[in-house]
Amino acid sequence: MGVRTWIEGWPVYRQLTGTDPLGRGQAAQSARSAALEPRTKTADSVAKSVCPYCAVGCGQRVFVKDGKVTQIEGDPDSPISRGRLCPKGSASKSLVTSDRRIRTVLYRRPYAKDWEELDLDTAMEMIADRVVKARAETWEDKDDDGRPLNRTLGISSLGGATLDNEENYLIKKLFTAMGAIQIENQARI
Amino acid sequence: MAEAHPVGFQWVMEAKKRGATVIHVDPRYTRTSAVADQYVGLRVGSDIAFLGGVINYILQNELDFREYVVPYTNAATIVSERFADTEDLGGLFSGYNPDKGVYDPVSWQYEGQEQHAPSRGDTHMQRETGAGLQQESHGPPVPAGVNRDETLQHPRCVYQILKRHYARYTPEVVEQVCGVPREQFLKVCEAWTRNSGRERTTALVYSVGWTQHTVGVQYIRTGAIIQLLLGNMGRPGGGIMALRGHASIQGSTDIPTLFNLLPGYLPMPHFQQHETFDQWVDAIRHPGQKGFWNNARTYAVSLLKAYFGEHATADNDWGYDYLPRLTGDHGTYQQVLNMIDGKVKGYFLLGQNPAVGSAHGRAQRLGMANLDWLVVRDLYMIESATFWKDSPEIETGEIVTEECRTEVFFLPAASHVEKEGTFTQTQRMLQWREKALDPPQDCRSELWFFYHLGRLVRERLAASDLERDRAVMNLAWSYPTSGQHAEPDAEAVLKEINGYDVASSVPLSSYTQLKDDGSTACGCWIYSGVFADGVNQAARRKPGSEQSWVAPEWGWVWPANRRILYNRASADPHGVPWSPRKAYVWWDADKGEWTGHDNPDFEKTKEPSYRPAEDATGVAALRGDDAFIMQGDGKGWLYAPQGLIDGPLPTHYEPAESPLRNPLYAQQANPTRKVYDRPDNQLNPTPPDAHSEVFPYIFTTSRLTEHHTAGGMSRQLAYLSELQPAMFVEVSPALAEERGLEHLGWAHVVTGRAAVEARVMVTARLRPLRLDGRVIHQIWLPYHWGGSGLITGDSANDLFGITLDPNVLIQESKVGTCDIRPGRRPTGRALLDYIADYLRRAGLDASHYAPLETPGAGE
Repeated sequence: MGVRTWIEGWPVYRQLTGTDPLGRGQAAQSARSAALEPRTKTADSVAKSVCPYCAVGCGQRVFVKDGKVTQIEGDPDSPISRGRLCPKGSASKSLVTSDRRIRTVLYRRPYAKDWEELDLDTAMEMIADRVVKARAETWEDKDDDGRPLNRTLGISSLGGATLDNEENYLIKKLFTAMGAIQIENQARI
Repeated sequence: MAEAHPVGFQWVMEAKKRGATVIHVDPRYTRTSAVADQYVGLRVGSDIAFLGGVINYILQNELDFREYVVPYTNAATIVSERFADTEDLGGLFSGYNPDKGVYDPVSWQYEGQEQHAPSRGDTHMQRETGAGLQQESHGPPVPAGVNRDETLQHPRCVYQILKRHYARYTPEVVEQVCGVPREQFLKVCEAWTRNSGRERTTALVYSVGWTQHTVGVQYIRTGAIIQLLLGNMGRPGGGIMALRGHASIQGSTDIPTLFNLLPGYLPMPHFQQHETFDQWVDAIRHPGQKGFWNNARTYAVSLLKAYFGEHATADNDWGYDYLPRLTGDHGTYQQVLNMIDGKVKGYFLLGQNPAVGSAHGRAQRLGMANLDWLVVRDLYMIESATFWKDSPEIETGEIVTEECRTEVFFLPAASHVEKEGTFTQTQRMLQWREKALDPPQDCRSELWFFYHLGRLVRERLAASDLERDRAVMNLAWSYPTSGQHAEPDAEAVLKEINGYDVASSVPLSSYTQLKDDGSTACGCWIYSGVFADGVNQAARRKPGSEQSWVAPEWGWVWPANRRILYNRASADPHGVPWSPRKAYVWWDADKGEWTGHDNPDFEKTKEPSYRPAEDATGVAALRGDDAFIMQGDGKGWLYAPQGLIDGPLPTHYEPAESPLRNPLYAQQANPTRKVYDRPDNQLNPTPPDAHSEVFPYIFTTSRLTEHHTAGGMSRQLAYLSELQPAMFVEVSPALAEERGLEHLGWAHVVTGRAAVEARVMVTARLRPLRLDGRVIHQIWLPYHWGGSGLITGDSANDLFGITLDPNVLIQESKVGTCDIRPGRRPTGRALLDYIADYLRRAGLDASHYAPLETPGAGE
């Protein structure tokens, strides 16, 4: 290494002579940090998404590499958020990738003291059985004067404000056809 | 707003940079107050008195925007001579019936329309079914023809009634009720009125804590009256912005997972009111009124076609008889009480955590412990899934694991990046999310869960010949699926929501194309156009920097991609912008059409000078200057002759729990509030009842930036948990001294329902108020904590009882009374004894509940 290279490699020299007088960019860079690439550059794909927390609807870009979410950032194109995210939105990569997230079905038998594992297909069949049974046991055809009621008050549901419109649409459609009217979500709360 | 909607708040700061004055009114000094030009602290629950004072200031000084008010509002409309005001009846309006606690609103009607009033029985039904919610997209029905005095001098015109009603809300009264010094109050009035008119507009922003009051709807109405009087509606930089708290809570109201609505604010059929299809449709469209609701038959038929496909025919009234019927209140709180009473067998929780997030947490958990089965679908383990082993009631012995029969299924959900679909954000904007990757292991979308649940239920009923199963079997339930998990195609569902021509399957471009002959199907008429031209309009992502300031090519806004509703009002009656700097849409006389920066909220070629024939109805009855096209009379309503359970004008009532006697009227609290008088739902005593001193303080709750609602999506995350690690309670230095509370030490807050412990923060962010000759202290708590997660703590919502707004059945969970004591709360059985002692001292027992009407009211 020549003296000139040595001096030019010195951050203070680069800070005083270069285009970065405050020493917050190029001047402070080491060979290692200069060679680093952001995860957003090496991603296999980017999905345009929307933050799942409050109702402002900030744009997000979701970066995926090797089948894993590697980064979630604000979308600068969004006229709503202009690339910003709040602490919650910024933490939404953890929301998706945290090892505390539950990824398998859990089942608690009546009177049991703990969870047990259950196959998803089995759980679906069991839930369908219970819906059909609860509906049959609590069905109301007509009121005392013969007016139609067509319903069950034996089934309730709460939730929807964190879900997609398409999901809410199917929920309401199915429950209505089954006569289950006790469907509510956070908008009531 | 800086705290709970920080990224949206950047626009407030942009406006401030450009010279806007920012005023923040809140019981507690927050991150918003810190950057506001003026902060006004007021007593929790006194907002109508404060805003009513602003109305009085406008009217006494004649500062209303008269050229806007006369043509665009109902200020000139004459009201029935039978109407009597709260000013004459001790805080009640005419027509109160103490037996049912509802009004007979016949006397509230416009002159000559008394026969169109709903009956008292109707009003009772409307309260039980939260019928006010139907008005989210339009006004309630009134006939088109009204008597008007455009000089505003008639003693019974709305303008004069308004003036008399609010005459009592003087700056002195505002100070007395709200605890706001009059100089501060007058500064707000001056700023608001000075900044409204031809050249300037003022925006009113509220967060939905406003809805969580027994007078919540009337809070918002009071704001609406001011914004109409000052000409701030339908104009850029004006309006009323509701900041909602969940990614698609607007969407879940538009396409409702709510008991009383069908998509697009059509009512769920009521067993008496809507026995037949025609009764149902006429109840929606109200033949004879003005505006677009006259086309309700096309919306209704198209919805039933979307639901039942080929099985919806003219011969079977489009399958109307398949629909279930309401008989009364089936809301979430009624359901929970029914669970406690053993009437509900199964419960689905879909991304919602009522054990922490709903009022009266103990009732929520006791209800869930008395089900046959519970299905919880969430990303993380939440308190509502584990009540049987670690709830507060396990500690007190009220729930015993080995004796709790509830069978619980926890099914992990797909996250927002693992599925595609639309959220509707708080400005009615649908934004499509692309899917980044498949959900892991057993995680699935709600779309997957409900599509396959429907498939499995249909398999089980396929051989049934029971009448009741026909609706399920005749349901149009065929959606394309793909991938290893057979995920339904969300875009196919969005196309059904948008609507299509039945014969050709071609997507519709607008709800104006809907037919009532069965040739169109449409899952939600107000969303029609989101798939216009066969293109997913919600997926549009033209960068904001590459389009106009209205940014019409980012996402899609209902209705018709219209960014500001009622924007006809941004131009004067002749169609000319009120001022060049506030131009938004206008009449182009050369082209003979409405044009501008946004999609005009008006018939495109209807001239400003158009006047309908006398017998016209529906859209044709709208004049060229009827800017409020979804209202039965085409006007913005200062006075609401119909549609509200608790009165045509907002009036200050005390919260259901208050330490103060109402300073304005003999009537203490909203006389029509929805109550559940049960021993397990005791409310703290409030004047004129004795013993309110046992719970001498007022408390309120709200959010922190770093957490989200009941914590299921935030207390599980390391960064957020580190940023806000513990439950705390804020008190003023004066209260800390009065009760011996130590900064950073422990304290517990007590109500008739629960005792909740928290770390103490002594702070000047809360200040004591001097009211009624004494000092009133207010306490603040965040409501994010519960027993699961990386950080745990007591739940503030356990403190509340259940009392609801009569219009929309939302609970009063932003104000209550309490005591606060130093140290941690008792545990185990001792906790129950501790609360029982408070109840005994407060004289609360199962034989007495607060009366709806208080002595002296009605006189």
